[in-house]
Amino acid sequence: MSTSTGTFPVKVHWESEGTSRIPFMAYTDPDQHKKELERFFYTKHWNYVGLEAEIPNTGDFKRTVVGERSVIMVRDADGGVSVVENVCAHRGMQFCRERHGNKKEFVCPYHQWSYTLKGDLQGVPFRRGVKQDGKINGGMPSDFQTADNGLNKLKVATRGGVVFASFDHEIESFEDFLGPVILGYFDRLFDGRKLKILGYNRQRIPGNWKLMQENIKDPYHPGLLHTWFVTFGLWRADNKSELKMDARHRHAAMISTRGQSGKADQVTQVSSFKESMELNDPRFLDIVPEPWWGGPTAVMMTLFPSVILQQQVNSVSTRHIQPDGHGSFDFVWTHFGFEDDAEEMTQRRLRQANLFGPAGFVSADDGEVIEFSQQGFEQKPYHRTLAELGGRTAEDTDHMVTETLIRGMYQYWREVMEA
Amino acid sequence: MSSSVNINFEDYLQVSQLYADYARAVDSGDWDLWPEFFTEDCIYKLIPRENHERGFPLATLFFESKGMLKDRVYGIRETLFHDPYYQRHVVGAPLIHKADNNRFESEANYAVFRTKLSQESTVFNVGRYIDVIERTPEGLKFSSRHCVYDSEMIPNSIIYPI
Repeated sequence: MSTSTGTFPVKVHWESEGTSRIPFMAYTDPDQHKKELERFFYTKHWNYVGLEAEIPNTGDFKRTVVGERSVIMVRDADGGVSVVENVCAHRGMQFCRERHGNKKEFVCPYHQWSYTLKGDLQGVPFRRGVKQDGKINGGMPSDFQTADNGLNKLKVATRGGVVFASFDHEIESFEDFLGPVILGYFDRLFDGRKLKILGYNRQRIPGNWKLMQENIKDPYHPGLLHTWFVTFGLWRADNKSELKMDARHRHAAMISTRGQSGKADQVTQVSSFKESMELNDPRFLDIVPEPWWGGPTAVMMTLFPSVILQQQVNSVSTRHIQPDGHGSFDFVWTHFGFEDDAEEMTQRRLRQANLFGPAGFVSADDGEVIEFSQQGFEQKPYHRTLAELGGRTAEDTDHMVTETLIRGMYQYWREVMEA
Repeated sequence: MSSSVNINFEDYLQVSQLYADYARAVDSGDWDLWPEFFTEDCIYKLIPRENHERGFPLATLFFESKGMLKDRVYGIRETLFHDPYYQRHVVGAPLIHKADNNRFESEANYAVFRTKLSQESTVFNVGRYIDVIERTPEGLKFSSRHCVYDSEMIPNSIIYPI
């Protein structure tokens, strides 16, 4: 490709109208990262904030983020879920320091401004001044209205026990945002059963946040990078599979059903396949089908831009993408089960969690390759990736030998970023 | 208080030696040494302090047998792609909570430093071991080792045993 603009181009350059060759600069430019925050995280997109099961009782709260902005998800006095920005209306302090807990109200320690759980300002010390020697000293101006000075309230959508929020009150409904196909898979996982929180894993990955979306839109790598999957028969090239997107190609689902056949030629083409290898302790793969699966043994969903919803056999989790500048993001895993799970099923989910997370048999290497991709991008931002497996266009497929979902995501990215 | 625990010097020396041997083994790069510190039906957990204190059962790694530890060793050696690194454990003096002839309950602080090739050394994982140690014909072994870590963010990934 041309290097006439030098190693460090001024702006992102696409080689064509297509999206199969993604400029490295899409991952390396701080100004563009701010534009992404504005257009994907702060307007027109529902962002994941948590699960209702994390805040069962009135006053229960969890501090989290939308994009790079600190917010608090709280069970308010009416039993609903409110999400407010963690910035005091007075002097802008990020007043909530605990990550979770229970409160009757929010109080900023700096000057004791207090807010209801819904974020309405209710108390301002010395608002009417202090009486001394027969006169009133100070106080807020007479036109000061508490009603005008609450916390920044986000719009909230809950569905199936999952909570999404948006700074943008003009946003479309959550259902329209997902579209009918993706919503169908969302409802498959979150069908109204009460969720039971099993715990968290947190990792900081030094790579651009979009790489995590791409990782779960890339069915090319699991059978090649994740040798463990292949070695122990959890991923096979002959798995029955489908890739589906919403109409705008921003969200996706990778749907697969474990192959039941014996060894297949397609499988043994993969050099890492070790037919004779057996686990010392097979309980890692003590898989018991659940009725709600309705066929597929794994459905990995990417909801753009903020979350991945995982069902890999009996292991279910949300994975929250929390950007921190263009070159890093925090990745927060919330593993859960369902309230009606028997103890054996809970143990099974906990055991299968060994496959995932920052030390997982298959997920640890995802973080590693993202780090090294970012390193490659940073050293020559004029260059571009090649995402041309399965062609140069984006469409749903009935196989996994394609990078169609990545191309689809960048169609949407260009549509929004170039508007 | 550890002062209320009745333990003789010989036993304390053996427990201390076990901690030191373990640290040497997991820093050596010879991963096959690691499962041998455990009993057959051992529990090994690497768990965030948050989950531990809030009563959430999820662990970052959760192994329930020596066989699972061996499977992890296989994963480290054969299947997990990762940046190569050295690790170095610094383990504090064990605090013995309970002792009888064949069983000890103890804990010790630990810090693990990571050094990647061509990089400086950084603090990788910090926490404490909460252990149950049993006397076996082959010497002292862990029947349970919980590594409860303070570190709020795992710097990308943890591959080798803590």
